[in-house]
Amino acid sequence: MPNPISVAFEIAKKESRPALLTYTVAGDSSKKQSLEILNSISKNVDILEIGMPHNTPVADGSQIQTSSYRAIKNGIKINDIFKIVKDFKSFNKTKPIILMGYYNMIFQYGENEFLKKCKISGVNGLIVVDLPWPENRKFANKCKKKSIYFIQLLSPTTTTKRLKKIIKDSHSMNYFISMLSTTGGKLKVSPKEIMNNYDKIKRIDPKKNVVIGFGITEKTIKSLKKADGLVVGSAICKEITNSLKKRQNVVTNVNNVVKKLKKKIL
Amino acid sequence: MKLKKKIPVIDQGNRHGFWGGKFGGNFVPETLKKPIEDLEILFNKLKKDKNFINERDRYFKNWVGVPTRFIKLKNLTNYVGGAQIWSKVVSDANGGAHKIYNATVHCLLAKRSGKKVIIGDTGAGYAGKMLSMAAKKFGLKCKIFMGAKDISRQQPNVKAIKKNGAEVIPVYSGSQTLVDAVSECMRYWVANCDTTAMCVGSTVGPAVFVRICGWSTSQISRELKAQLIDEFGSIPKKLKLYNCVGGGSSSFGFWNEFMDYHKNQCEFIGVEAGGPARSKKHAAPLTFGSKIGILHGAAQYVNQNSDGQIEETESISAGLDYPGISPLHCFLKDTKRARYTAASDEEALNAYKLVTKFEKLRPSLEPSHAFSVAIKESKKFSKDTIVVVNSCGDAYKDKGIIEKRLGKKYA
Repeated sequence: MPNPISVAFEIAKKESRPALLTYTVAGDSSKKQSLEILNSISKNVDILEIGMPHNTPVADGSQIQTSSYRAIKNGIKINDIFKIVKDFKSFNKTKPIILMGYYNMIFQYGENEFLKKCKISGVNGLIVVDLPWPENRKFANKCKKKSIYFIQLLSPTTTTKRLKKIIKDSHSMNYFISMLSTTGGKLKVSPKEIMNNYDKIKRIDPKKNVVIGFGITEKTIKSLKKADGLVVGSAICKEITNSLKKRQNVVTNVNNVVKKLKKKIL
Repeated sequence: MKLKKKIPVIDQGNRHGFWGGKFGGNFVPETLKKPIEDLEILFNKLKKDKNFINERDRYFKNWVGVPTRFIKLKNLTNYVGGAQIWSKVVSDANGGAHKIYNATVHCLLAKRSGKKVIIGDTGAGYAGKMLSMAAKKFGLKCKIFMGAKDISRQQPNVKAIKKNGAEVIPVYSGSQTLVDAVSECMRYWVANCDTTAMCVGSTVGPAVFVRICGWSTSQISRELKAQLIDEFGSIPKKLKLYNCVGGGSSSFGFWNEFMDYHKNQCEFIGVEAGGPARSKKHAAPLTFGSKIGILHGAAQYVNQNSDGQIEETESISAGLDYPGISPLHCFLKDTKRARYTAASDEEALNAYKLVTKFEKLRPSLEPSHAFSVAIKESKKFSKDTIVVVNSCGDAYKDKGIIEKRLGKKYA
């Protein structure tokens, strides 16, 4: 059976649009609500990234930090994250899920035990922000054995020589960080420059799907729609924060943001 | 796990930057891989370059002011009545603490790499103060990241940083102390690594920062070795070197040149911050057996819960208030080269009282932790034992805390 992540890219391609990926933090603002958000947005999203909140996130900007601290304060644990994934999957069997987080959480859980739980709960891919190549080789191989994609991150600072090596070792999907920034930064380079870098990556191995993330909002998403997939994270976390502040319905508001994003790339 | 002889400890990591195969490394976002590799290439080249070493030594001599004093604490020795207690007064260095060595070297490296801006983290404010001084000296723009809690408790240093023309960026996330300052500083570097150099304020962070800092602070033990030979004719038969340990930069620098001596001759004692006596929180991962985890790019013993969340620390001393510890110290602990213990807030304050009562020396709250253990243990040692405590910071920055805890006459 092919990995649902690859299926999702194929479906989007048939519809001549990029795949839409969202990032929300598990347990934000509560365990129950984060599951409700996933259920509600999944109709319009091709691949759901779920953040495993960590309290010293060295690559996240203020929006995702706020979501993460909120989730941790509300008591989220790794086992709760697996339960959220499992509950989601019981109603959405084919919708791909990617867990994204920092290595210490996996390290403390134990790599093998962590992957076992990923498999049982239905996780299809993993992004580990602070486990770069080549240090991630061993863990990426373990993922492969479980048919879980280990998604490599690529950055504007990654040299061409290094790009080639990483892509050669990579599974079917890679994640290109659009610019030098933490998550949620304002897009400080032109979409044209981002797409040039993207094309450079695609040329190395056109068969591998490349998604672009960091700095993507309702305003910027359209200009990057030639990519295989686009990730929106901070803009959604920000909506959760704002809705909580205004005491509005978080699930409805987040769903509306996702609908708008989807419309822009059709 | 084995400590090798005749190879500097900073160079004993494997090709991925792990000491003893498991401490250190580079757990960083992809964006930082290239700038870190560039810095590694530059540092590996320059640390063998005679011109660069001469340049460093010139600044150390004429600007930092070396050597710092090595003095006998006669009254304290008489009072304690055991070993001879000496101090290496590293707080003599320009700016008042050992942080000047690392800051100077990072600015020299930044100049060589053509960077115009340098950023750094700070807890007690010394790393920030020294970086701002060095940046000013070398014509670099400077930003210092500091936890909001530390900004309010270390005002004298905050004022000094601003006076040097650097920008102080308050960090409000998490516990609002050093751990959050380092995280925020790394985030800023992720977003600006093309134009900006980063200085990590201690022997922590990705491997190259651990190495640069250890290489820089080793000036302390180079001086001490010469001073000991000058004083005693040779390295004493029973030498004990006490140093406080937060991130671990001053202690590593204080011990480095004595690494190859047997521990029965040169013993290293690291004193961590045990926190308030009545609190369960502490900043002593080595003493209290914390598990290995990843913090700020490196594997190390670190205070954390079973889910891998970093735990909040508590210590009267901002400079020691850090949940992790240098990979170098993890390595020295597991190879049994150094011994680690902790002193509580109250013990540090008592030691400060004793030292200032008997001597013309005002160790800051960080080295007061080391004095506490040194005084306690010296009682049991023979008179030919030479105890040396690194007084690595001056208490001027702590005057607010000391006045509050001990009264006006001590501040």
